[in-house]
Amino acid sequence: MDIHEFLITPAATTRLHGPHDRIVMSSRVRLARNLKGAAFPGWAKKPERIKVMEAIRPAVESLPEMKDAFSEAMDNLGALDKQILVERHLISREHAAKGSGSGVVLNREETFCVMINEEDHLRMQALRPGLQLHEAWRAIDRLDSALEKKLDYAFSNELGYLTACPTNLGTGIRVSAMLHLPGLVLAEQINPIIQSVNKLGLAVRGLYGEGTEALGNVFQVSNQMTLGESETTIVERLDKVLSQIIEHEENARQLLLEKKTKVVFNHIGRAYGILANAHSISSKETMNLLSLMRLGVDLDLFPGAERSLVDELFIITQPAHLQKQFSDKLSAEERDLLRSDMVRDRLKNVNRPSVKPPPAGGTAN
Amino acid sequence: MQCSVCKEKPATVFLTHIENDKMHKVNLCEDCAKKKGVDNPTTFSLADADLLLGLGAAQEITQTPGGVELKCPRCGFSQADFKKSGRLGCPECYQVFAEGLENLLKTMHKGTRHTGKAPEALRQSRDTAERLKLLQKKLAKAVESEDFEQAAKLRDELKHLTPRPIEPAKK
Repeated sequence: MDIHEFLITPAATTRLHGPHDRIVMSSRVRLARNLKGAAFPGWAKKPERIKVMEAIRPAVESLPEMKDAFSEAMDNLGALDKQILVERHLISREHAAKGSGSGVVLNREETFCVMINEEDHLRMQALRPGLQLHEAWRAIDRLDSALEKKLDYAFSNELGYLTACPTNLGTGIRVSAMLHLPGLVLAEQINPIIQSVNKLGLAVRGLYGEGTEALGNVFQVSNQMTLGESETTIVERLDKVLSQIIEHEENARQLLLEKKTKVVFNHIGRAYGILANAHSISSKETMNLLSLMRLGVDLDLFPGAERSLVDELFIITQPAHLQKQFSDKLSAEERDLLRSDMVRDRLKNVNRPSVKPPPAGGTAN
Repeated sequence: MQCSVCKEKPATVFLTHIENDKMHKVNLCEDCAKKKGVDNPTTFSLADADLLLGLGAAQEITQTPGGVELKCPRCGFSQADFKKSGRLGCPECYQVFAEGLENLLKTMHKGTRHTGKAPEALRQSRDTAERLKLLQKKLAKAVESEDFEQAAKLRDELKHLTPRPIEPAKK
């Protein structure tokens, strides 16, 4: 099955809504699990990895949640297909690099995605739009409880679920949310926020997770510690911290509008100007400018334009999505030309930002 | 000094990361520093903390007393392998390297004992074991304070929990 045909269209994904989705783009809870008596994927030889995969894959496929799922071995996926899954945040970049002995199972609604033989035998994730950490945790908890009846997990009373890396030991949980924080970046408040979030034992990462930059002012916040606390404690702490970040972002936007109106309008106006008129544009520049346009839509500077228009562009202008639409033999330069054509076309009915400040109190909440 | 990531090129970027009064040092070559996004001080706060912690930790596990290199009998994984990858070989490695891991886990996590979810089958036996301990403590206390009525109640409860009858404490 072609993964591109299976996936929900970019346009449809932008119509999925959740609480606070103006700022929280998505919520995710991931659990790491391993099978008893088998070497971890990074240490196992190929035949052992294949054996593990052959035990796990049918067990995952047989879950009612995975009815009509997309299930494939990584060596059957082309480089472009894998990259598309990465751009949709369904698999990690590490998993995209895997070949035989690894696999992926994704349900129809794209609310569950299971990676087999990534760093651990099993990395299962529940995904939700907006801020829905508790919902995501409950969903993945249920999936895990169903799977434990079919698979023999490596578990110790002292150390909990045993994982390849000691950083994931215990609960094996990573709770994370993807946040769009242009206000805090423009107000130059993002670094102190990141530092205080770090102090709480939480990690702040870029758009594609570990070691990536915050393209498009998108940040991922997640827990780092997994041992010595229960899953619900971890979920609750993250939920609290996220509510505060949301508040800070809203305040920053409000303050920018009141005190630095010209600076904000300048940024948003220039972003629109380039996106609507460029004839060659890189993926990175596109994302950073789209972020500012998204802020502009949030602040009512583009009357009639929907946030979904920007969100869709955010997905379809990424390199692999662009290549899939045209041809997979595009050079970077050719991609930049096609990308700018696409963006110009999509923005042709969007008027340039209205410089009239929006009515007081009309936008922040 | 060698780069601690690629182990090939000489290290030119030296990072010191202090967290909870514990210092972690990482040495990187220019290429690896760029790859990890730590070459630019403005994005430094985004630097991968796992990497920093993971590497600092890898140096710790090798310092076990005696200098004999441990190897997992199940999968053949050694301490040197851990130093290289920061990952373990198989679930059993956690028993083999338990001693060296203890301190490492303290620096990484909130605690060193799991308190979260457990597989259903184990959860029941774990809950029973904990309940048993608690009841036995209460029973000892009741006997000590000569509250025999309470002691009898507790003894019956204990009988319920265990398949075999409880032996009296002293014969």
